[in-house]
Amino acid sequence: MAQSDETKKKVVVRVCIGTGGLAAGGKEVIEAFKKAISDFCVDIELDFTCHYQKVGCRGFCARDVLVDVVDGDTSVTYQGIKPDIAKRIVQEHLINGQPVKEWLIDDSYYSFHSKQMKVLLKDCGTIDPEDIQAYSKVGGYTGIRKILSTMTPEDVIAEIKASGIRGRGGAGFPTGVKWEACRKAQGDVKYIVCNADEGDPGAFMDRSIIEGNPHSVIEGMMIAAYAIGAGLGYVYIRAEYPAAVERLKLAIAQAHETGHLGKGLFGSDFSFDLRIKLGAGAFVCGEETALIASIEGERGMPRAKPPFPVHRGLWGRPTVINNVETLSNIPYIIRNGASWYSSIGTDKSKGTKVFALTGKIRNTGLIEVPMGIRLGEIIYDIGGGIIGDKKFKAVQLGGPSGGCIPDHLLDTPVTYEDIVRTGAIVGSGGMVVLDETDCMVNIAKFFLEFTQAESCGKCVPCRIGTKRLLEILDRITRGLGKEGDIELLEALCSDIKVASLCGLGQTAPNPVLSTLKYFRHEYEAHIKDKKCPAKACKDLLIYSILEDICKGCGVCKRACPAGAISGDKKKPHKINADLCIRCGACFDVCKFNSVNRE
Amino acid sequence: MLEEKDMNDVLDRIIAKYREDEGNVIFLLQETQDALGYIPEEAVAYFSKKLDIPSSRFYGVLTFYSQFHLKPRGKNILSVCCGTACHVKGGTKIAERIQRDLGLASDGETTEDGKFTFEIVRCVGACSIAPVVLVNNKAHAEMSADSASKLVTELKKKETGVGAK
Repeated sequence: MAQSDETKKKVVVRVCIGTGGLAAGGKEVIEAFKKAISDFCVDIELDFTCHYQKVGCRGFCARDVLVDVVDGDTSVTYQGIKPDIAKRIVQEHLINGQPVKEWLIDDSYYSFHSKQMKVLLKDCGTIDPEDIQAYSKVGGYTGIRKILSTMTPEDVIAEIKASGIRGRGGAGFPTGVKWEACRKAQGDVKYIVCNADEGDPGAFMDRSIIEGNPHSVIEGMMIAAYAIGAGLGYVYIRAEYPAAVERLKLAIAQAHETGHLGKGLFGSDFSFDLRIKLGAGAFVCGEETALIASIEGERGMPRAKPPFPVHRGLWGRPTVINNVETLSNIPYIIRNGASWYSSIGTDKSKGTKVFALTGKIRNTGLIEVPMGIRLGEIIYDIGGGIIGDKKFKAVQLGGPSGGCIPDHLLDTPVTYEDIVRTGAIVGSGGMVVLDETDCMVNIAKFFLEFTQAESCGKCVPCRIGTKRLLEILDRITRGLGKEGDIELLEALCSDIKVASLCGLGQTAPNPVLSTLKYFRHEYEAHIKDKKCPAKACKDLLIYSILEDICKGCGVCKRACPAGAISGDKKKPHKINADLCIRCGACFDVCKFNSVNRE
Repeated sequence: MLEEKDMNDVLDRIIAKYREDEGNVIFLLQETQDALGYIPEEAVAYFSKKLDIPSSRFYGVLTFYSQFHLKPRGKNILSVCCGTACHVKGGTKIAERIQRDLGLASDGETTEDGKFTFEIVRCVGACSIAPVVLVNNKAHAEMSADSASKLVTELKKKETGVGAK
């Protein structure tokens, strides 16, 4: 069916192709839209963008694909789109102008966004990350042009200092101060390095920013390079993030082709080039000096500081290392001014922060909030509370270097100082919500398993200390805890904190200390009563079948991998405690709740 | 495995690239693993001789980083994420089930027929769709022990060929 130009639709269909979207079949949905559109002869521009930040509730991100239909000024968002629904949307919505009601987003989508403030994530998710023009259209690369024509490097540093931005990688060091130290350092060759080695388990902010808006990171690095006097930059990125690496490579190639990278940029005498270095899988390489060693091709082991990288960094030259989110903020600060940025947030913690909200919460996803927002607002208003009818227990911030914050502290504002006071850290932005079924000793053990395995082994307190901590935690969770173990943990923690060489060791005890501070009773229950209050530590559980409830259906018998369950059909079954491996398979499959766990 | 001569050709090409790339050992090993799937001892010996770098330096680097493998890997790689979000949502149970289904003794092993490698990974940054299993780098969202087990059965079927029951 041929249409005249006047009746042709000009609509943009945006399909999520972030990790969540891809896992739910985003690519297939795009293909289905393409096919439906060509079948119906509608002239529609398909725009593939990453929609991570629009991922509202669990369902949005997990099983489903989010699709935006933008028709002139109106935008409609669909959730849970599968390839076969694409045809209906094209026919009913695009051609006949009637949105397909049953697939429209619901209220949780709006409440998810109500308390957010999107600066970085505004563009990341509405523009095509694979097209440099898309970034330019929303004001991209105007920051670097502005400073090249009107500002000296010292002006730029003053502006960044005035904005109050602090490093988003976790430690919260003032970015402008770091830049100034590097600017003043002796040396004709300097480097800017972007730390995209997002190793914290439970964090995916940097990945999403690179996947969604890689040019903002490149522009941020250019501005930093100009300020400190660097001509070459490196992006150190995890090899575990293939999509991010591909988009970054493409962005760099496009920047080269269009004169955004190279010699004499934008008619000035400023030159800048960028290289990518792939990490090889070592958490400790998030530490600055270890990262430098890794870029140089060595084992990623930290060294003592000082000298700090701003004085002696990559190849011995003054180097600034900034995190992805920090660098991505820079173009917006230059574009909108330091006073705009410093108007957001609190006295000492400025701007917005991106968090990866995950765990036992309804609306998982990537969020951006103004600093100073209360934890409770994030968990209940944005996150929609806990999944199912379970109770909130704690929220874990800062990954292996952080801690767990309990219920009674949910009024804490999200600022660097306030969060540290609770025993956690703001960290890079992982926020994992735990409910009453999560055992806090087990969580501490989980993080110690991680840090113990990732300890580089250079210094004794970290190498051996984390191993001993893990052994003690392991025996507590297996019911072999001894009187005095808690005191031993505390003493060991304080030694490791004081004596370790780098941030990894110095912060490794935090998950233990914060859970001891707020959930000491759980440790005591494991040690004294040999019970796990959350019923999570399997060695402390005993499974039995309640004979008066059991219908003898045999489902548990078939599910048991150890052959520990016996019983005749329609008669109560029994578990042989000697054979039981406490896997909980029977508990999970029983429809009558006749398996008892204590 | 490749014939010795073929392998040396591959390694020579990598050495040429290495010389352009600031002489970076990690880069050299990454290229080798990309080309061969793992890093054979012979490759390390070859590099050591050609570049006059002690092999201990190569081993130092490649045992430091979890990305490098000294043994050939399976045709299909099943990675179960046990990062924080996946851990609290039952990642460990999924890992146990897949390991049992494949009949492997521990994390990182490959089945005898060389078809499957099972490994536990620490956070792939897909926490909003936890728990996650990667099959040859493709993420499968919101898995359970049962759905993971089904996934393994399907993969096994595919591997044993069309028509097999």
